[in-house]
Amino acid sequence: MANLKTVSKKSKAQSMGMHTEVLTGRTQQKFFNPDEAENFYYFGTYDVDFNKRTDLDVKDMTAPEANKEIDNLMSQGYGTIVIKNPQGKHSLGVGILNKLNLIFEGSLGYFGMGSCDGPIVRINGRVGWSCAENLMAGKVVIEKNAGSCFGAAIRGGDLICKGSVGARTGIDMKGGTIIIGGDAGAFTGFMMQRGRIIILGDVGINLGDSMYDGTIFVGGEIGSYGSDAVDAELSSNDQDWLKRKLKVAEIGENFDVSKMKKIVAGKKLWNYDNLEPTEKKGAI
Amino acid sequence: MCGIAGLIHRGKSSNVGSELQGMLQALKHRGEDSTGYALYGDTDGKNFIMRFKVGENVGEGSSSIMEDVSVYDERKKIVDKTLAEIGAKIIKEERTLPYSLRYELEYDAKDLLNFSQTIEAIPGVEILSMGKSLEVIKDLGNAKAVCDRYSLDKLVGTHAIGHARMATESGVDIKSAHPFWGYPFSDVSVVHNGQLTNYWNNRRVLENKGMRFMSECDSELIAVYIAQKMREGATLEEGMRDSLLGLDGVFTYFVATKDSLGMAKDTMAAKPLVLYESDDLVAMGSEEIAIRSVLPQEIDTYDPFDGEVKVWQI
Repeated sequence: MANLKTVSKKSKAQSMGMHTEVLTGRTQQKFFNPDEAENFYYFGTYDVDFNKRTDLDVKDMTAPEANKEIDNLMSQGYGTIVIKNPQGKHSLGVGILNKLNLIFEGSLGYFGMGSCDGPIVRINGRVGWSCAENLMAGKVVIEKNAGSCFGAAIRGGDLICKGSVGARTGIDMKGGTIIIGGDAGAFTGFMMQRGRIIILGDVGINLGDSMYDGTIFVGGEIGSYGSDAVDAELSSNDQDWLKRKLKVAEIGENFDVSKMKKIVAGKKLWNYDNLEPTEKKGAI
Repeated sequence: MCGIAGLIHRGKSSNVGSELQGMLQALKHRGEDSTGYALYGDTDGKNFIMRFKVGENVGEGSSSIMEDVSVYDERKKIVDKTLAEIGAKIIKEERTLPYSLRYELEYDAKDLLNFSQTIEAIPGVEILSMGKSLEVIKDLGNAKAVCDRYSLDKLVGTHAIGHARMATESGVDIKSAHPFWGYPFSDVSVVHNGQLTNYWNNRRVLENKGMRFMSECDSELIAVYIAQKMREGATLEEGMRDSLLGLDGVFTYFVATKDSLGMAKDTMAAKPLVLYESDDLVAMGSEEIAIRSVLPQEIDTYDPFDGEVKVWQI
């Protein structure tokens, strides 16, 4: 068994199907060149202290009011904020581009924690549709169930649901990791482009439909495979990575990862060649 | 977009009118063109309750034809005369609005098809609901406006379903508003969130079998489709499961009968639904905030999966 610690980064990544190429292009060079430190600076971010803690009761607040107050508290240096009485409100905690320890004592509605980059979030409740959409970095942990489109289009970070999730989990995701402790609905990993999804329970129909790339690991039964989703061999590197991820996620610690199924893109659907569309259909 | 909500108390009655109003008002951002309630009240079960309209003079914003109130009086007289002719005795009569009426009828009929066809043969008259417990109330405006207009907040019963509508497939009027009565079945009602893409194909088939459509709203198809399945001998749940294959499109819908409440979700799970279940209460809605209006404390909820059908009894 290959040891993750002794294998070079590049070969380790390649054996797991990850990409190591340097992104190029005007947008990437301008905003994500690691040699230019100032490009990591976000306008409006704050220097916060994780030991400075406060509570925020949002029972009588609208979502914009609550989000502005979170921003205000961060500007005062609070690094740990506990949100009381979210009561299923939509769009709470969106657009946080800051390091922050954020705890919700209750459930969120739709679009909770959308477009965030950096916070560590624990939601002691349930979340509605499109939780953590477009997450760039950080960690979001949901203690109960989640709705559909969980982690839609995330670019990075860890998104963990300890319960079950609805349909289209990880739709269009471009990076990061989604971990589900329970079951997942139909079209999980629909059109995903990169990143990883781990489901410890069962998953519905059309798993990985039209996926471009990325990897899905399933511990339970699969309803059906989507177009161009195929089985792949679960390597020892994969198993090591799964164990580590599940441990960090505080989920499925004793889960037997060796029996998980690995699903990847067959790359017939989106691997353009000279075939006409009608011929392509027949090839799949 | 539209929003739907429903709840069923198991083993007891509650103020379902007020509870459903709170749930639907929480969903008002999903559509305020019209709001409808299907309430299952506590009755002695002896008489039929018929909710019907004799027009739709609902004012600006409606696609209905504006008519003089005197026309409604004339239609009401014809309805009263027709009821007498077919042996239905009016026990109690309420006229909340000039076009909206509620009758309690002493009438001995097992199949309401002939009854409904006779009444609805009167031009401008539509039966909104018929049953021994069910009352369908629907009108333009948000949940609170409709509730206030019809004084629904004091209605006590076991279960209810409702709909906040954003009109997309058909007109802004009462006839296109939900819930739809499961004509010609007593005490059957339907609300729907989504779009049905094989509406006209199914409608032609069902009309050939004698079923009636009062609007061009695609959601009405669900009520008629399930009613036809029940006419053919299927149970409610069997009819709902069959609809997952027979109806094309995206949908989440609720069906209620005198003693049960059911939900069905299409095989792509494209429309939202959040569900709360306990031993004494089931509450569900398009968004969790609807459930929160009746259960503000922290609760466990979940999204039903694709192709799921569930039915609960009172």
